[in-house]
Amino acid sequence: MAQMTMIQAITDALSTELKNDEDVLVFGEDVGQNGGVFRATEGLQEEFGEERVFDTPLAESGIIGMSVGLSTQGFRPVPEIQFFGFVYEAMDAVSGQAARMRYRSGGRWHAPITIRSPFGGGVHTPELHADSLEGLMAQQPGLKVVIPSNPYDAKGLLISSIRENDPVIFLEHMKLYRSFREEVPEEEFTVDLGKANVKREGKDITLIAYGAMVHSSLKAAEELEKENIDAEVIDLRTVQPIDVDTIIESVMKTNRAVVVQEAQRQAGIAASIVSEIQERAILHLEAPVLRVTAPDTVYPFSQAEEVWLPNYEDIIEKAKQSINF
Amino acid sequence: MAKSRHQELGLTDEKVLDMYRTMLRARKIDERMWLLNRAGKIPFVISCQGQEAAQVGAAYALNLEEDYAAPYYRDMGVVLAFGMTTRDLFLSGFAKAEDPNSGGRQMPGHFGQKKNRILTGSSPVTTQLPHAVGVALAGKMEKKDFVSFVTLGEGSSNQGDFHEGLNFAGVHKLPVITMVENNKYAISVPLDRQVASETVADRGKSYGMPGYQVNGNDPLDVFAVIKEARERAVNGEGPTLVEAITNRLTAHSSDDDHTAYRDKEEIEEMKKNDCIMLFSEYLKEQGVLTDDAETAMMKEIDDEINDATEYAENAPYPEPTDALKYVYAEEGGE
Ligand SMILES: Cc1ncc(C[n+]2csc(CCOP(=O)(O)OP(=O)(O)O)c2C)c(N)n1
Ligand SMILES: [Mg+2]
Repeated sequence: MAQMTMIQAITDALSTELKNDEDVLVFGEDVGQNGGVFRATEGLQEEFGEERVFDTPLAESGIIGMSVGLSTQGFRPVPEIQFFGFVYEAMDAVSGQAARMRYRSGGRWHAPITIRSPFGGGVHTPELHADSLEGLMAQQPGLKVVIPSNPYDAKGLLISSIRENDPVIFLEHMKLYRSFREEVPEEEFTVDLGKANVKREGKDITLIAYGAMVHSSLKAAEELEKENIDAEVIDLRTVQPIDVDTIIESVMKTNRAVVVQEAQRQAGIAASIVSEIQERAILHLEAPVLRVTAPDTVYPFSQAEEVWLPNYEDIIEKAKQSINF
Repeated sequence: MAKSRHQELGLTDEKVLDMYRTMLRARKIDERMWLLNRAGKIPFVISCQGQEAAQVGAAYALNLEEDYAAPYYRDMGVVLAFGMTTRDLFLSGFAKAEDPNSGGRQMPGHFGQKKNRILTGSSPVTTQLPHAVGVALAGKMEKKDFVSFVTLGEGSSNQGDFHEGLNFAGVHKLPVITMVENNKYAISVPLDRQVASETVADRGKSYGMPGYQVNGNDPLDVFAVIKEARERAVNGEGPTLVEAITNRLTAHSSDDDHTAYRDKEEIEEMKKNDCIMLFSEYLKEQGVLTDDAETAMMKEIDDEINDATEYAENAPYPEPTDALKYVYAEEGGE
């Protein structure tokens, strides 16, 4: 076991799969000699050579489009989009092409691509460098969308993503990159895609979150405990597909739920979880399922970030609203 | 007496001094921004250093009262020439409410000022290029004489937007001038890993426009090509692509360490060919500038920067609730 930050766990997962499978390729802007602008690919070019870890020209549509072609030839591309807001440059390649290769070819081709990218707020980066676009990705059939909340999961989920035969969007919350370390096995291991993790058991209310909001939810749960409210916290880990079974099982026990997302309110992951719960467990509910989200505006400037982003106090407020309903 | 190079180009002594002053202002503002960044006072710097000659040389060849600019993040020299003030730039550096680019909403280097016809840009590189083409199309349709001037880095010339925009401009012979400021790196990735054609200028040919490579370290060379390009544009002869060869004297940004991918000698060599120093030497050789006059000019600029820094530092931040505004039209607004 070693103590790793999330970024180290990611580098470790990439290195593990580059070693395990010679079809794995890592590329993108500044990922080679420079080791990535967040240093996620540090040392990999040196270790695995320029053929397998390389810099691309500054052209995202080309990076993902080329990944589709490589994947048809048996490679497992792991391209990086430098900041997830720049995926807009590649949206056709991602949603129009990679996601539909299997469907369109009647199952004859598939696209085992893992697109890694930093995203998320709270580190004073501006719009497009902080946006939470997972809802947009999750809406595209054919894609899986993975968002780890800690170093252990990051390694296990990234290895699973690279081995997955359908395209995966692997989103790395920038605030979690170096915010804490934890024990991560040095040997290879996987965490299943599509499986949520009950981070904290509780009987009074279920808090459902992913990414950085898992930590805000855990903090809220600690505070709620002081007031004798026993919250269960679920870390989704994968937002497409969503592990609805784990959610429903929890809600049937607690009869109340709050869904937390950092993204804006409209058309998001939280909205679809609320729908799943009401479709499958409405008669178990003691209160409406509530959401904690950012407002429906463009990701704000730094001065407004702390106010704009959802935090543990917002979660406590909604949890109490549910309890007191 | 034989005419000097700038006189040949129709530039008066006063005009070239003014160009030099603008270059120097850009440089010194940028230097101050780094100090403020290192002191933890401003969040981010992305520098013009090394590219001021190309920026100012180009801008002075335009009609600064009528033409449009769609600059990229290094273009401090362009936006100063187009009328942004030192205060404006510090207000943006400190992300204060009064920042004319965006009211403190965008990061430094994301220029935009409607009153001076500087289009608001955004972070994804090259998105400004098709915008500039659209502005030029509008100008042509409405029979106006302005040209649309757009800049970007050489790495950015690999984006689809570059090729789509230039092709449209070529097909419709639009009055748009595209200047690629080729500093030979896109963050860490060197030119030969970015661009397959021998030069960026070569790319113009595919889009039905001339492509010129020019020494971007010399404002007069750049002035000459852009002037000619502007004449072509207003005479209905269509767009031009200009590749100005420049140096990026600093790291990519305040978040980057360029010693990870360029060696010391290369950095030293660039500094020996600093465009500001070279232009100062030229002006002194021509007897247009003296050491004393230069010292006085620097003092004036320093005073202006001190004033602007103080003003901007003390100016109010936008209210956090301002972040909720301008997503859609405000009630009663346009
Ligand atoms: C679409 C997009 N992808 C990635 C980035 C991140 N990024 C910012 S600047 C830059 C390099 C640009 O290089 P170049 O075009 O040569 O301009 P220079 O910075 O050298 O002036 C990159 C990759 C971005 N801003 N936009
Ligand atoms: Mg460059």
